[in-house]
Formats: sequence, structure tokens, C-alpha cells
Amino acid sequence: MIPTIYSNSQDLLSLEKFNDKWQSHLEALISYGLSAGADFVEIFLEKTDHIGLLAEQDTITNVSPSFAMGAGIRVFRGVQDGFVSTNDLTANGLKEALSQALDMLGLGESLLSKVKFDGLRLLNDYGLVKESWLSECPKLSESSDKLLLGTSFIDKFGNNINVRRGSYSRSLQEVLIASSDGTFARDIRLHQSTGLNALATDKENRSAISRRYGSSGKPNDLREWDPCSSAQEVCESVNKMLYADYVEASQMPVVLANKFGGVIFHEACGHLLETTQIERGTTPFANKVGQKIAHESLTAIDEGSSDGAFGSLSVDDEGMEPKQTVLIDKGILKTFISDRAGELRTGYKRTGSGRRQSHSFAAASRMRNTYITAGRYSPNELISSIDNGLYCKSMGGGSVGPTGQFNFSVEEGYLIKNGELTKPVKGATLIGEASEILPRISMCANDLGLAAGFCGSVSGSINVTVGQPHIKVDSITIGGR
Amino acid sequence: MTASDEISRPFLNPNDIRDRLTKLSSIEGITKWDLGASSSKDISVQVENGKAKQLKGSQRSSITVRVWNSEGLVGITSTSDLSDIGLSKALRGAFEASNYGDIKNSPDFSIMANTKLSVNEQKLFPAQGITKLLNLLIEAESNLINKHSSIKTVPYNGLSELFYERVYLNSDGAIRSMSQTQASLYLYARAQESDRKPRSSGSIRIARGSQQIDIDSCINEAANKTISHLNYEPISTGNYLVCFTSEAFLDLLSAFSSIFNARAILDGVSLSTRDSIGEEISVPFLSLNDNGLHHTNVSSCSFDGEGTPTNDLALIDSGKIVNFLHSEATARSFGVQPTGHAGMGAKVSVSPDWFIVSRVNDETISRPTLDHKQSQEKFILIEGLNALHSGVRASQGSFSLPFDGWLIENGQPISIESATIAGDIKLLLKKIVNIEKDQIATHQGVSPYIWVEDMKVTGDS
Repeated sequence: MIPTIYSNSQDLLSLEKFNDKWQSHLEALISYGLSAGADFVEIFLEKTDHIGLLAEQDTITNVSPSFAMGAGIRVFRGVQDGFVSTNDLTANGLKEALSQALDMLGLGESLLSKVKFDGLRLLNDYGLVKESWLSECPKLSESSDKLLLGTSFIDKFGNNINVRRGSYSRSLQEVLIASSDGTFARDIRLHQSTGLNALATDKENRSAISRRYGSSGKPNDLREWDPCSSAQEVCESVNKMLYADYVEASQMPVVLANKFGGVIFHEACGHLLETTQIERGTTPFANKVGQKIAHESLTAIDEGSSDGAFGSLSVDDEGMEPKQTVLIDKGILKTFISDRAGELRTGYKRTGSGRRQSHSFAAASRMRNTYITAGRYSPNELISSIDNGLYCKSMGGGSVGPTGQFNFSVEEGYLIKNGELTKPVKGATLIGEASEILPRISMCANDLGLAAGFCGSVSGSINVTVGQPHIKVDSITIGGR
Repeated sequence: MTASDEISRPFLNPNDIRDRLTKLSSIEGITKWDLGASSSKDISVQVENGKAKQLKGSQRSSITVRVWNSEGLVGITSTSDLSDIGLSKALRGAFEASNYGDIKNSPDFSIMANTKLSVNEQKLFPAQGITKLLNLLIEAESNLINKHSSIKTVPYNGLSELFYERVYLNSDGAIRSMSQTQASLYLYARAQESDRKPRSSGSIRIARGSQQIDIDSCINEAANKTISHLNYEPISTGNYLVCFTSEAFLDLLSAFSSIFNARAILDGVSLSTRDSIGEEISVPFLSLNDNGLHHTNVSSCSFDGEGTPTNDLALIDSGKIVNFLHSEATARSFGVQPTGHAGMGAKVSVSPDWFIVSRVNDETISRPTLDHKQSQEKFILIEGLNALHSGVRASQGSFSLPFDGWLIENGQPISIESATIAGDIKLLLKKIVNIEKDQIATHQGVSPYIWVEDMKVTGDS
């Protein structure tokens, strides 16, 4: 018989803040889960406060605040897990969710866990010093004015501009994580992102360029954003690309610019170094630790601690502080990005990379700030080493398929002829396979830069940083006209 | 109450929400409001090597409330907290946001929010529960692996059951509600032969209930597709005669749906303008409707985010644009009626429901004998397009997309190792040379196979 933990439903929402007053409630739930036969129980509580703004031309056209809360409860028995999410944070709501997760694994009758639970440790409160963040963020009027300044600068610097848009989002997430290994942690996460985009048209010619900037843990981020230089950057690109010709399909060397150029590594390689890919049997690198998988010029890192970077975090969604993880060292594969389930199922130690979009998703091994480290060349040395190739100044999005094939679009490209940048070209898509491309990254420049992005995968859409210096890929297939 | 009853127990009570919001808005001094609410409960299973890998369940609910201030400006707020505290907070948030409402694009109540719906109730199917789903999926995984010696794993798989409710209410007395059940199965197999690259493919089935899913046909389709890609070769870059499967063509059309989207037209990001009605956008033997109520659409909803009834709307008739998709605000701007394609917001989004592509005017078809099952000509059959989120430039009309497919010559298919197709949507619609006769229902609409000539394909050889 499983003990009853509450005689009647208690509204835990009356505990307005996530703090150590939750401890006894969570311990009771965890004890209940373990007594039903679970090997491990984890409870992830979340409250969010989000606002999004859209400016079009010289008007704010959309303001969309939203609030949410919920819990994700995960139960392991061996390597199997049951996960249930709910918006209901009452005592009965949480117990019902836990019972459902236990029921999924066939637990709850006579099975008894061998796991000893000594209660939760003292609350590790990473959010304590972040309580004032929300009030320090700009109010609606200030945010609106700054965004409209951005769209007005596009009008000032652009030619043939038809559409000017600015967007801003601010997300505050408060989490409380408790698990049967004693983990008890609270954190507050603040993410802000600002974007500008412009569409230029002239008869049949059309060009659309967008840029997005993002940070974590910086309440003043929007105040410090320079809308003038951002608008200049967008306008310079949109003006150049308006009359660009389509690139011809071919195979040629490319130079990928720094910052968001790192999306190639993120898509082509980073995803294949997540333990979820080993579990599925979908990474070609599963048995390659210690082996050379890339050119010796390439070293790659995944970490969660760069100050203010979009993928940085004080603690991951499983209550672990992020480790700096050297994924590839001078071409040699060193390890994988791992979460709790990944460690359990593949043996790779957790790296503080258990991440999820929200309480609706179970955490999974996901990238944080992932980049190729700086090399010794100048960006010009990379370009001048190519007779006939493509310079990818700005990348669009991309994806990687279940067998490691990747693709991503080039938003702004220039042909390289005899070591010099020549005319702008559009419509290029870079296509390849990670295991074949990594050995071809032969030169890395000395200008490492990071860029914010959103990554969608098994545990939802999360904030990440991609990054690299300028890099040269000796040969890659370019889809075009 | 059993677990299977539990999943289809209604959560939203429209009358209760209306009464509470009427009271709370009155306290806040708000006289004009509307609200969209949704709630869902689902369970899903994933398996690996004959065992459960992850079992999931969720319960979600959310509301979006819009309020109009004394100047007629609109603000919104969304919340997952449906308690009185949550609703009050949402009302106050929306009221504050209304100070930033856009007077030029301010939405109003749909004039059709109180009209009679053509469809009211959908049949709800009982859930089978997590244990049954798990056993079914374990069996499906095993059967798929046993279809061919090269299929070793099914790395992406899932079987789920969903119960979903929606409500729309406004302070003028509109009250709409609907609920539905849905189930889905996906099987994505990975196969590899010695000294060759791994290949993968899969299949999806969606139905109103898990008992209605044809599991065997999903297994067979996933196996046949995966096996057909084992014999692969690179292809040369060049211009090809291409046949799009129904799924691939609908994917492409959906990615460029801003052509028919009145919101995108008003925002200047569509390839169409206000004057595009009557424009010849495609060959004359193509017609396109959007019909969210089509019997093949298992996710059909009888009303949109503003309470407007869902309709069957002709978008292209014999090659000419005849209508756009509208919300209340865009319809008012264009001087037409809302079409039932609105979301909910201060700036209301517009999106299509269920495209139906049809062949018309047979006599104008330039190459009516082309048939993907019989043609002896050399052509590329595109099974599916990938990376649409990054390879489509909707506001520019261009696309460059990786695809899965086969090069077929003399009726013999050879899988294409890796390739992309690039082009311009408006040119493509004019270069269609045949629309096959059979309309095929997919999980995202209905379309025959579509033949297009002279398409640029980039290969690896």
C-alpha cells in the first residue's frame, strides 16, 4: 500500500515564490515515488513571465505578454523513464502527475525501491542574487522607444526599403529543481533578444536581411544595444543583396564568417555529439572517442559560463552546474555532451547540459555555448588562399538529418576570385555530411566571435550560442541555380 | 473512472469561464473583451529495441484574453493560470498592453462570431491507454525491423493519443466550444548495408483515435521507403523533369502560403498585392482550395481564433487567384468577409488550414500522359523536401531545398544520395506540365502528384 501524502489538496500556489518552504512538499512527493518502486524521481517546477514586442515601420503593432507555470515530473526505473507535465501546481495536481508517471512504468503496487532517500539538501539558491532582474529590465515604454529607434535608423540608412521590422522579447524563468539524489536548486533565468529586419524591393529584385542579438542575465541589455550600428549592418547587407545574382550550383572551397557562421558546426557536428544521438544510434561518432574525426586545426568547446552569452546558465535543468566540455581537441574527439539519462544509458558523465524548453519537456543533452576556438590566421589569409570559392558572410538556418546529412542556407554570400571577394550572390545552400566535412576545415582565423540563436530538438526550443572564428572548408557542395 | 476515460474528460467549461470573466472584467472596469482558451491532455510512448524508452503524459491549458480600452485600442495577455487570480492578472496585463495598441490595425469582434456553425460536434474516440500504446509500438518496431535484414533500428518512433478542447467567448455573447480526439503514429527506420552509408526514411499516420490508425500500412510504407533508398547513387547537377509527391508539393505550397495571406499582403511581405485577385499565378489546369473542414483533416476545427466559422475557400481557380485568407481586421480592410483563418492577438495572424489541390481544365494540360508509376522518361521523383524553415525565402519567392527522392529512368528507380532543388515558386507554378488524376490525402492536405519541367537540381557527382 502506498502511503497517502496529503489528506486534502493544498494550494501550493499560495507559496508565491519558489523557496525552501517547498522542501517538505517535494520530499513527500519524492518519497512517495521511491516507495512505489522508482529508482529516481525528479521534479522540475517553473514559472515564466514573458513579453514580446513588434515594431513595424514607425509603429508598435504587437505587444504580447504571457505568464505560465507548471511542473515536469520524471521517474526512472532502470534506464526507462516516465515523464508527465502539468499546469496544475496544487498538491493534488502534482501527486496526480507523479502517480501517472509511476503508473506508466508499472510502478505503484508491491515494488519497493532499494534507493535510500535522505531528504533534499539545503536549497542551493542561484536566484538569490537575481531577484531584482525583472524590475531592472526596461519597462514597456522604454522598450518600445528603443525598438522604434531601430526601425527609424533602417529608414535612414536603407535604399528601396519596403518593410522595416524590429522585435524584442524578454523572458524571465524561475525554476525549482528537486530530485531523489538530494538535489535542491532554484534559479532565475533572464533572456532577452532583439532583432531587426528589412525587406528591400526594386521591380523584380527582392532582398530580405535579418539580424538578431541575444543575451542572458543582463537586465540592461536592451539599453546597451546600439540600434544605429545594428541598422547600418542590416542596411549594408540588404542593399548589397538586392541586385545579387543567384549562385551557380557547384562544389568549391568556402570561407564561413565568424559568429553565426558557427551554425555549421552546431548543426553538422554539435548535435551528433549529444548523447541522445548515441542512444538512438544515429551518430557516426559513437565509437570514435580518442580518434581523429576532424582536421588538426580544429578544437571545439561546449560550455555554459561565458558572461552574458545566450546559452549560459548557472545551473542546468537537472540541477547541475555547467562544466566546460572540450568536445574536439586538435581534431581528436574527446567526449560527448551528456545529461542524466545520457549518463545512465551511454556511460558518458553528465556535463551540466540537461536542458529543456519548459516544464512540458523532459531534459535532454543539449548544447549551450558551442564554438570552434580561434586559430592563428587572419580572415584575409583564408580568403586569399582560394582561387575560386564562396565567402559566406551571413548564414540562415540549417538542420541535420537522422543520418548526419546537414544543410544550411547562406543569407549573404560573395564569390571569391583569385583570393579577392567579388560580386554578391544569393540562393546558396551548403550541403554535406559531418564526418566528411570536419576533416576539410583546414584553416581557422584568429577572430572568434559568438552569436545568439534558438535550437529546436528533442527537448524543445532552447537558447544557445553558436560561434567560431572565420574558417575555411576546403570543399563543400553548394546548392544553387 | 479508467485511465482511458480520464484522457477525454473535459476540462474547460465555457459557461463558467464566461461568468468568471464577466465578473472579473467588471471589477477591472473593462467592458469589451474576448477570450480564446485551449486545453489538452495527451499520452505518448517511444520504444527502443523492444522496450519502452520514454513514456510521456501531459496536461496543458492556456487562455489568451484581449481587451479594448476606451480609445478602442486592443491589448492581449496569455496565461496558463486559469484561476481567478490568473484571469485577473491576465486582464490587467492586457489592459496595460492596450496602451500600445495600433489604431490602424486594431481588430474588432468578427461579425460572424455568433453565426451558426456548419459543424458542431465531432465524434470522440476513447483512448486505449499507455500500456496498450506501448505494446502496439513495440510490436510495430519489431515488425518493421523484420521487414528487411538491413533495417537494424527505428530510431525515431512514437505513438500518441490526444484529447483537445477549444473555447472562444466574447463580451457580446459569442460562445463557441469544440473538442476532439486525435492519435498519431510515426516510424522512422534506419538501414545500412555493408560499406555503404546509412539510409533512413519513415511514415506517419494520423487519425481521430488510436484504434483508427492503420499500423500495418504505416509499417509497410516506412519499410518500402527505407529499402528503396538502399540502392543509392549521386546524381549530376543539371535541369530535370521533376515529379513532386503530394506531400512534397503541399510542403512547398504551404511554405509560400503568404501569397494568399491578406495579413502578409498588408504587411508588404507577400509576393501578392491587394490587386492580385484575378492574377494568373499558375497553369490553368490547377485549382487550390483551403478547406479546414475537409473529411481528411482529422485536426479540423469548426471556428477560428476570432470565432469565425471555418469555410471551404477557393484560392486559385483555373490558375487565377480568386480569394485571400482573412482575419476580421484584414477582411475589413479589403472590404470582404472574414474567412475563418485568424489566430488571436492584438495583431491577428492569418494561416491556412488544409490545402486541397485539384486538376481542372484537362484539355489545357501540356503533358497529360506523364504518370509516376508508368513513365519511361528520365525524371526525378521528389519524395520529401527538407529544411523548409531555412531554405525558403517566402518574401522573395525563392527556395533551395535538400530533398529525398529517386532518379527514375525506364521505370527503374535509383535513390539519390544527396541533392537540392532550387527555384522560384511563381516560375514553378507556371512550369507545371501535368497534374495526375488521383487526389491523395496526406497528413497536411490533399493533392495529386505534380509534374514540373526544367527544375535545377544540385547533385554530388
